[in-house]
Amino acid sequence: MGLVSWTALAALAAVLLTAPLLPGIVVRTKSFLTGRRGAPVLQLYYDLWKLFRKGTVYSTTTTWVFRAAPVVVLATLLTAALFLPLDGRAAPVHFAGDLLAFAGLLALGRFALVLGGLDTGSSFEGMGASREVTFASFAEPALFLCFIALVLATGDLSLSDMLGAPLAAVWPRAAAALTLVGASLFVLLLAENSRVPVDDPATHLELTMIHEVIVLDHGGPDLALIQLGGALKLAIFGALVVGVLVPRAGLGVAAAIAALLVGLGVVAVLVGVVESVMARLRLTRVPQLLVGAAALALFAVILLLR
Amino acid sequence: MRALVELGLRNRRAVLLADVPLEDVDGFRQTVVDAVAAGWRLVAFLGMPETAETTRLLAILADDARGQLGAASTLVGESYPALTPDCPQAHAFEREIAEQCAVRPEGHPWLKPLRRHLPDHRAAGRTAVVLDPDVYPFFRVEGEEVHEVGVGPVHAGIIEPGHFRFQAHGEEVLFLEIVLGYQHRGVERLLETVDRTRAVLVAESIAGDSVIGHVGAYCGAIEALARSRKSPRAQAVRGIALELERLANHVGDLGAIAGDVAFQPAAAFFGRLRGEFLNLLMLVSGNRFGRGLVRPGGLAFDLPPAMADEMRRRLERLRTELEPVARLLFESASVQARLEGVGAVPREACVELGFVGPVARACEVARDVRHDHPYGVFRFAHVPVATAWAGDVHARALVRWHEVLRSLEFVLDQLAALPRGEPRAECGELRPGELAVALQEGWRGEIAHVVVTDEQGRVRRHKVVDPSFHNWTALAVALPGNLISDFPLCNKSFNLSYAGHDL
Repeated sequence: MGLVSWTALAALAAVLLTAPLLPGIVVRTKSFLTGRRGAPVLQLYYDLWKLFRKGTVYSTTTTWVFRAAPVVVLATLLTAALFLPLDGRAAPVHFAGDLLAFAGLLALGRFALVLGGLDTGSSFEGMGASREVTFASFAEPALFLCFIALVLATGDLSLSDMLGAPLAAVWPRAAAALTLVGASLFVLLLAENSRVPVDDPATHLELTMIHEVIVLDHGGPDLALIQLGGALKLAIFGALVVGVLVPRAGLGVAAAIAALLVGLGVVAVLVGVVESVMARLRLTRVPQLLVGAAALALFAVILLLR
Repeated sequence: MRALVELGLRNRRAVLLADVPLEDVDGFRQTVVDAVAAGWRLVAFLGMPETAETTRLLAILADDARGQLGAASTLVGESYPALTPDCPQAHAFEREIAEQCAVRPEGHPWLKPLRRHLPDHRAAGRTAVVLDPDVYPFFRVEGEEVHEVGVGPVHAGIIEPGHFRFQAHGEEVLFLEIVLGYQHRGVERLLETVDRTRAVLVAESIAGDSVIGHVGAYCGAIEALARSRKSPRAQAVRGIALELERLANHVGDLGAIAGDVAFQPAAAFFGRLRGEFLNLLMLVSGNRFGRGLVRPGGLAFDLPPAMADEMRRRLERLRTELEPVARLLFESASVQARLEGVGAVPREACVELGFVGPVARACEVARDVRHDHPYGVFRFAHVPVATAWAGDVHARALVRWHEVLRSLEFVLDQLAALPRGEPRAECGELRPGELAVALQEGWRGEIAHVVVTDEQGRVRRHKVVDPSFHNWTALAVALPGNLISDFPLCNKSFNLSYAGHDL
């Protein structure tokens, strides 16, 4: 395990502070493209401020599992973020094989969320939980294939190297494969963050929801933790996409962080564009999309094995 | 059949109640079953107290191909052999009769409360209750892997209350049971008891999005009983208002269908354009939902020429704005993939169960009151009937889009050459002892008002049949085999009225 890098922590702080901006950018992009005015870009900050000052109501059917879920979700995401080289150099925490820990933490967060949903005993949340884990079983192999491609490209088993200086060095040789990985990660970003075409974050229809329906019973500070976690997850996946497609090893620290933040903004705009030009997939078609993402990553692996 | 035809009942033409054949129960049952087998359709089936112990059952049938209506009746006591086993179109009507009149249809296969209220049209000497409003036996599918999902009556959106219970196997729906009645206000009883100045307001409030549809049918029945003749101008303006209501709702629902599949651009633009059509209704009637315009005898006020010009200008602009949005909706592959093959209503079910409106037309059953039983302005200006064949969400959306285009043409034509005439004619006392049926093609389909007067010329029975009354069954028929996550989309493509059903 390496020494704690203060520039990496500064980058993490910058990402944490700006993460709630990303859903705002998505919404504004959608509004702009469909001729509406849209909510303020800072809306999620207002929402979080409002929710943190509220009380919570717990159903009598729920146990500590339900109450623990939001905390575990946010904690796992925060910890996972520690493994990402957000300053373009090295992560605050890095060791060989940390990519497994990263994927495991995301899975743990999902597990907690799903258990919390099931704990309510509501048939809606049971359905949402079932959908969430079904689609996760397609999304996780795709994520691992992306990581395998990055490991093959850089020869390293740590996210800090896979997304840091070694990646920048191999870019000229492996541009095609890395572009495929970036595309695959973008599809995973849409799926993992319950965006169109996989889920619809704007719907009020419980029967069609995947992610939103699991958190229907959370309120107040619990909901705030989940929404903050949602924004952070979008930022984490955005950082993966930006990390693969835009190597920043050659830049100064401030420039690298600025480039990351701009990159995240661009990713958010792209998400908004996707949501404005296409409808959601029928639920049974979602695995096909995720298998498609896995196929992209698999082609990258094949290209790198050549 | 001959007796049905010889009665001479037509849309908005009253006959003497004494001329309506009164048969024994078996004869009546045979008449209705034979007529339906021969292609007639059950428009309304109702009960009204006759003596202290007996109830008169009255069936109104329609022969759409010939534009004829027919009526048959019988007297029953506590019970009678149900028609439903031989005539499935009667199934909801017979539940309604059991609930309203406390007359038991023996042998009805699905005898459950319909709106869950106590009898309000029971023969005076009877005290029995056939259907306990507090007991509702749900249908259940048993099995280890079967799960039950209940939705509502309180929903996440700002919509009306209704309870949907799904028996599902994973994501696949095996069975859907719809329980309504949360909006029951006793509309029929009100229409029978309040005076006419208030009754017209009640008629306007039957379903908030079908104001012109219901008040037009109400006025049609009252005018037929009072022998009141509207001026051509009043008929034309009523037609314009009815089509504007259709335009606003069809356009709004196309946007809502787009919204349910998360297709933002069409949802946003159709949503805005719906408002434009409501604003046109506002211009004509002073109310965005068309209240206060249609009154017995014609209109409450005229449509001045300057207003007609303004409306035509706005409609021409709206036509150019609508077309690109519809192209976006109907030509986007991701949208088509969601709409096609979802929620299909089989054509046979449509014929057998008597669905109406765009739901029927989407299964190539060309039922349209404006065409089959023309009245008012529609006798002179024909609106082509739009049909599709697949019966799925896509077909329903397509039918509605074609109706949007045709209604636009109709309204523009009418506004270009509004006939002359006084807006309102005299509409006096109702003739005693008569029966009048007024059908109107609301945007959801056939709205029927059946009014019977007593010997003093007062309203004895006022039956309202909203198209939703027929078509809620269509939703329950369409859903099994579909994904539970596609239910909201299916539901939206029907967009049925809870209030119209619950009365």
